[in-house]
Amino acid sequence: MKKRLFTLFSVIVWLLVWQICAAALNEKILLPSPITVAGRLAELVPQFDFIKSIGFTLGRILIGFFIGVTIGTALAALSGKVRFIRTLFAPLISAMKSIPVASFTILALIWVSSRNLSVLISVLIAIPIVYSNMLEGIDCLDPKLKTMAEVFEIPKSKRFVGIYLSQLLPYFRSASKLAMGLCWKSGVAAEVIGIPDGSIGERLYMSKMYLETEDLFAWTLVIILLSFLCEKLFMLLVGLIVRRIERM
Amino acid sequence: MQIEARSISKSFGDKKVLSGFSYVFRDGTVTAVMGASGCGKSTLISILMGTLQQDSGEVIHDAPIKKSAVFQENRLCENLTAAANIRLVTGKRYSEKELAEHFGAVGLQECLNKPVRELSGGMKRRVSLLRALLAEYDVLFLDEPFKGLDEATKSAVMEYTKNMTQGKTVIMVTHSKDECALLADDTITLEQL
Repeated sequence: MKKRLFTLFSVIVWLLVWQICAAALNEKILLPSPITVAGRLAELVPQFDFIKSIGFTLGRILIGFFIGVTIGTALAALSGKVRFIRTLFAPLISAMKSIPVASFTILALIWVSSRNLSVLISVLIAIPIVYSNMLEGIDCLDPKLKTMAEVFEIPKSKRFVGIYLSQLLPYFRSASKLAMGLCWKSGVAAEVIGIPDGSIGERLYMSKMYLETEDLFAWTLVIILLSFLCEKLFMLLVGLIVRRIERM
Repeated sequence: MQIEARSISKSFGDKKVLSGFSYVFRDGTVTAVMGASGCGKSTLISILMGTLQQDSGEVIHDAPIKKSAVFQENRLCENLTAAANIRLVTGKRYSEKELAEHFGAVGLQECLNKPVRELSGGMKRRVSLLRALLAEYDVLFLDEPFKGLDEATKSAVMEYTKNMTQGKTVIMVTHSKDECALLADDTITLEQL
């Protein structure tokens, strides 16, 4: 409770700083005040296009995130088991980690239609994060627990959940948390470059084109909120699974 | 279930740890294996348990044996609760109430549903011992099972272990004469090679 109050207090402090800066500048195009942005957001929310844009981007980023997490986890499991696969994928994963989102996006525009750009970018962002974290987790698996399982003749399915999954889930949790945030950042950045019709990225681009800074701020707030909610909901789901496994 | 060690030898590099060790661990008997540090007690118990391969000699038993053990390290799943660690090896053989009673007997009543990573070293050791005692087994291997327990806790846990192992085949590595006196029917002492 105390922590929550402190967080709320911090948010209010920064909103006040924003309000003071906006009042001092007194230039809506450069820095609209939080009250102006909130007002613009209130105008946007009831519009059908607002919901449509959110649905468009949210759906694609989540699809990309889940595909990326699945591929990253499966590849890490394979690499943990087969040395050759690990060596084979090492340069590819390193490259994926260091290639800028802009390069990925421009390249991806050649491969897929701009409508599905954020799916592909989210996949490409999630894979190396999940892969590296999960592989680290696999490398840290305690080999002595395997001997313990053999001595007690623990059935394979229980070994998988109780011994392996229980050790790997903390790595999965931090990897997916990081990946979710970056999928949102990179997915929307890709949409701003590719400008698919009806996306949040297109709305951001249009705000910049017509110098509607309050729109830009309003949409940015929406992105922050969506990213935060997705992360919280996914972590809640993972947390439930962790607690279920903890108590087996 | 009787276990016979016949002419067991084991070296690690140039260091000879066991040389032609032979002994019959009698059925329904608690046998304590004593000796100075580094004389091969844990090596012997690992070989008998089948987790370490001897260089020569054989371990003989009549039929496949169901084993249970307290290892030198706790070997618990840190992210599972203490109760889940037990259920991992016992399945649903014990009800929640029965488990709570066993936990209470070793002074762990508050720890049943706590993740093992949150427990102290001594508590983890007791969970590890509970897991071994509650598992279904023909032979129980105990490698310094009371290591890290304070004196007050130790005597209660030893008493509980004595009750739980009556009439069972147990092979126990220990440094302590008190543990031998209370628990062991037979004692063998390994010599440093």
